[in-house]
Amino acid sequence: MSVLCVDNISIGYEGTAVASNISFSVEAGEYLCIVGENGAGKSTLLKTLLHIQKPLEGNITYEKEGIGYLPQQSVIQRDFPASVWEIVLSGNLARLGRRPFFSSAEKKNTKINMERMGIWDIRKKSYRNLSGGQQQRVLLARALCASSDILFLDEPVSGLDPRVTVEFYELLKKINNEGMTVIMVSHDINAAIEYADHIFHIGRDYVFYGTTEEYLDSEAAGYMGLRKGRSEESICGI
Amino acid sequence: MRNMIDTLVYYFQFPFVWYALIVGVLIALCASLLGVTLVLKRYSFIGDGLSHVAFGAMAVASVLNLADNTILTLPVTVIVAVLLLKAGQNTNIKGDAVIAVVSVGALALGYMMMNVFSTSANVSGDVCSTLFGSASILTLTGTEVIICVILSVFVIGVYILFYNRIFAVTFDENFARATGTGVNRYNLLVAVIIAVIIVLGMNLAGSLLISALIIFPALSAMSILHNFRGVVVCSAIISVVCAVVGMIASILFETPTGSTIVICDMVVYAVCYLLRFRQ
Repeated sequence: MSVLCVDNISIGYEGTAVASNISFSVEAGEYLCIVGENGAGKSTLLKTLLHIQKPLEGNITYEKEGIGYLPQQSVIQRDFPASVWEIVLSGNLARLGRRPFFSSAEKKNTKINMERMGIWDIRKKSYRNLSGGQQQRVLLARALCASSDILFLDEPVSGLDPRVTVEFYELLKKINNEGMTVIMVSHDINAAIEYADHIFHIGRDYVFYGTTEEYLDSEAAGYMGLRKGRSEESICGI
Repeated sequence: MRNMIDTLVYYFQFPFVWYALIVGVLIALCASLLGVTLVLKRYSFIGDGLSHVAFGAMAVASVLNLADNTILTLPVTVIVAVLLLKAGQNTNIKGDAVIAVVSVGALALGYMMMNVFSTSANVSGDVCSTLFGSASILTLTGTEVIICVILSVFVIGVYILFYNRIFAVTFDENFARATGTGVNRYNLLVAVIIAVIIVLGMNLAGSLLISALIIFPALSAMSILHNFRGVVVCSAIISVVCAVVGMIASILFETPTGSTIVICDMVVYAVCYLLRFRQ
């Protein structure tokens, strides 16, 4: 059963396509990594999938409403005076409908997801005083509040130290194993190969979609400096 | 001390002093609520640009001899607020320059209008009073007070009802947009409310000083508190207390109302800033 269907879309800004003829569908529980060279359109693709910008052509259909999203940190957030609780709670916004305030159901959902991410104890702390890894857990909990089906991540480990990076990937894998569909934009190709079961490679003149095994055998892997059998050792190097 | 109390008792016999106090407190409250969002979203410049536009509109309104200047200043400021917001979202350098051009242009146009077409004998007095508020807060009519009360209640009500959404859009526009919140709608709402507050606040502090009422309380609260609700509440309290203290001080020492309130805000900010280092 596919949760997301992308039908022959072109993406870009102001009528100029960065990439076109993109088609793929994502099954429930899939772990998809979107990789590619800088400037090839990874972020544009993600923004298009998230309805932040419109596709120039083609259709994107979701099976269910409600998506979770972990964006890249903005400058605004770095010194934002908000408690961990307030931020995670705001993930429930789409559930509000026309109501002005959160009900106890949404607060319960918030608590459950904070406990899943191990941040319940720091709920009263200020976001701006947390470490990078803790901040990512807060934003992940917020994304989980928004959706229990599908989760988008945009370069979630940039700026994290190696140990925290591995912890974050393990956490993400755990969520994925619990049934969450994960779609991640990443430049960390080694981690993509280790954790993801599908890869979408977007290049300037080359697009590939398939399972990780197929990817390693493909021509696209060559673009990223990968050859089959080499990935194992480079993963250990993280 | 005795003298001061006597002076205050004397002044508070007059309804215009009560009017001033009520309007002052309401404006300070509204300004501080939205100030937090404005400062956090890096929109402070819009507040400043808008106040100059409001000055220009006010000048035109007084030349036209309108019964109530708000009829002109409010719609003009709201429209420009929406346009500035759009320009500010442009990441290229033009967007930034447009705001400067609009705000300085309105200032020049306003002063020109007041000089050339003025019916009053004291042009510089009028200009000064529009720019710095001086005593206009003490000359409010009953109708103006009622308009101000209605608009303030509207602003506060909207803020409370949309509090959760305003928070989400302030903290992370992209997340809000991706999860299905109409971000542009709320940005528009914030811009319109800011315009309303600036038009209201011109009576209190004048068009050059009103942005201080929006920015200072938010900055003070942000430097001592670490959660959003706390910051909003604290900013409102600081703003109202400064407005009351400032107005009473301006009566006692016969100083201009707007600047006295702004100086109170500055002192509180200095104290909060120092407290931050003690934490």
